[in-house]
Amino acid sequence: MPRMIAVAASGVCRRYGRRWALTDVTFEVPEGALVMVTGRNGSGKSTLLRILATAIRADRGTVRILDLDVREDRDSVRRKVALLGHRTHLYEPLTALENLAARARFLGADPRRGPLLSRLEEVGLADRGDDPVQAFSAGMRQRLALASVLQQQARVVLLDEPYGHLDPPGFLLVDGLLQRLRREGTTVLMATHLVNRGRNLCDRGLVLEAGRLAYAGTAAQMPQPLGADGAGFAEGA
Amino acid sequence: MKDLLAALRKDLLLQWRGRAQVIAIFAFGAAALLLFSFAIGPDSAALREHAAGFLWLGLLLASTLALAESFEREMEEQALEGLLLLPASPRGLYYGKALANWAHLALLGVALVPVMVVLYDAGTLRLFSLVGVILLGTAGLSAPGTLYAAMTSQTRARQTLLPLLLFPLVVPVLLAAVKATSLLILGDPMGQLRPWTTLLAAFGVIHWSIGGLLFGRVVED
Amino acid sequence: MRHSPTGPKVLVALGVALLLAGSWWGLTKAPGEVYMGEVQRIMYVHVPTAWNAMLALSFAFVCALCFLLTNAWKWDSRLEAAMEMGVVLSLLLCIQGSIWAKPTWGVWWDWDPRLTTTAVMVFAFGGILALRAFVDDPARRAVWSAVACIVAFVDVPIVYFSVKWWNSLHQAQSTPQTVSSAFHLPLRVNAFGILFLWTGLVALRSRVASLRLRNEVGPPLPEAKPTVTGTSRIAGGAS
Repeated sequence: MPRMIAVAASGVCRRYGRRWALTDVTFEVPEGALVMVTGRNGSGKSTLLRILATAIRADRGTVRILDLDVREDRDSVRRKVALLGHRTHLYEPLTALENLAARARFLGADPRRGPLLSRLEEVGLADRGDDPVQAFSAGMRQRLALASVLQQQARVVLLDEPYGHLDPPGFLLVDGLLQRLRREGTTVLMATHLVNRGRNLCDRGLVLEAGRLAYAGTAAQMPQPLGADGAGFAEGA
Repeated sequence: MKDLLAALRKDLLLQWRGRAQVIAIFAFGAAALLLFSFAIGPDSAALREHAAGFLWLGLLLASTLALAESFEREMEEQALEGLLLLPASPRGLYYGKALANWAHLALLGVALVPVMVVLYDAGTLRLFSLVGVILLGTAGLSAPGTLYAAMTSQTRARQTLLPLLLFPLVVPVLLAAVKATSLLILGDPMGQLRPWTTLLAAFGVIHWSIGGLLFGRVVED
Repeated sequence: MRHSPTGPKVLVALGVALLLAGSWWGLTKAPGEVYMGEVQRIMYVHVPTAWNAMLALSFAFVCALCFLLTNAWKWDSRLEAAMEMGVVLSLLLCIQGSIWAKPTWGVWWDWDPRLTTTAVMVFAFGGILALRAFVDDPARRAVWSAVACIVAFVDVPIVYFSVKWWNSLHQAQSTPQTVSSAFHLPLRVNAFGILFLWTGLVALRSRVASLRLRNEVGPPLPEAKPTVTGTSRIAGGAS
């Protein structure tokens, strides 16, 4: 039975001033897929994810998420999509629990302590629930941001460098979460530099080069990206 | 509506957490009132006559600090964007923030009244009316102030732009609030208070309406 | 590079001509006013400037609305030009008002409601022009200045009424707004003169703004090159 197309981008272009960050990006992602998006710094990965998340608009082209146009049905798309971006979207003076509770109220979810604590447990922060985010390290902030993404229970999850500031247990945490999301049938697009790790986890891959789509296919057949000295990217443990 | 309540709750909590700032802003306002008296000189009669003007000028200056601060926390880690993506309605976010700012400014105004009483020998027995004027006046400052603070907090010269944009806009509030407060302090034999409070109310209604309509365009791409 | 269009230039020239004619008439031919003497002749420039300042800012308001509704860049360029023109005319108005007030009342500023509102407008719209200078992203700059322009314009009548009431409590010092019928012709000539002048200038200025915008935002899309290895649809067998 044919699966629904979760993400369909067609001719997507986006500029910042004179520079075109994305040019003519076209691809489709079926529902439930786990897609790795790679490319060098500045190749447009974050821009692409932000466009899919409706945080910014494409200057040209169309994007459909779960068959909803991101421009016309923006709020409906937002209900179904969650983004883990470069900024954590957290309030520094508030505690971890207060941040989750505030977001829960907007989502119409349960803002009580119990359910939120179990969310924190999922990311290994259960004992720091009452500490202000100001006091968190970068890795802990990343974990809390992950928790707030999971809280949204979205059908399409966009992760921009989820392994970012995490320690080795954190890496395993993200691996576990990815596998869980996959079991639940959630579509995931993940931008990462950890190509080999991603290759093992993901079934599809997209490679961006200077804003253009250089490869779209299975993760296994992805070309090995080249560093300045011809070697591959850094490995994750 | 649920977004408005959620936003209000979040903003009041943020203000409570930042209460050291609230106290510092009050100190700034009180210091301004002190400076005004030095600028005029120890002429008690003149000070009393212009006390209302000093109060509202001090409040206006302090309000730019309070309003700018209210968006600092939103822009630090792009928390506002995070809420918009949930999705949260921009209108709800605006009114929640504007209401929280209103509460802050009203509190500030009421706190500065004793300072005014002491420094300028300018008090009034009509306390309810005075609080009413402060509520109406600060409402008029909060609505456009929240809208503009949302813009200027994302620009470079944010400290100068907010007062530059806000001050000309709130001239009616300044005029009416000072007049009304002055009548309460110095006496109102001809019952002229009502037109000024009506003006403040009209200003508030207009700006709270258009603020809600325009906020979405200001914060979205 | 195309030369700038001739239409606006003709308007500007016509405007200057009319303005010179009307001013000459008002300064030399029209009879002097009985009570206020020669300085009253400034009304021949002052009143038309007032009409046109209001017109320019109203046009700015319309441009702001059009931009927010259509998202077309041309309205942003026109908005920038119209606001600049509005600020310049308003500033001129304040200067003219001061020139009139000093010999008449002995003070440079008499808190006349209309002039005071104009001064507030100079600051309000000047502030929006300052805002534009500090926002780098053209789209954001356009949206924000349109929003600020709408809020400022809606505020103008409120400012006017509040200053009017505020000032009416004090000794009423009015600027003569009525000019008797013998003087109407130079007034009208000047009004049209300034109208053509600023319309032509706004047209030229908005063209400059458009060109600057195009330069800032850069050339259109680079040529498409075939770079996709494999198909655009994610391959990988049956779904």
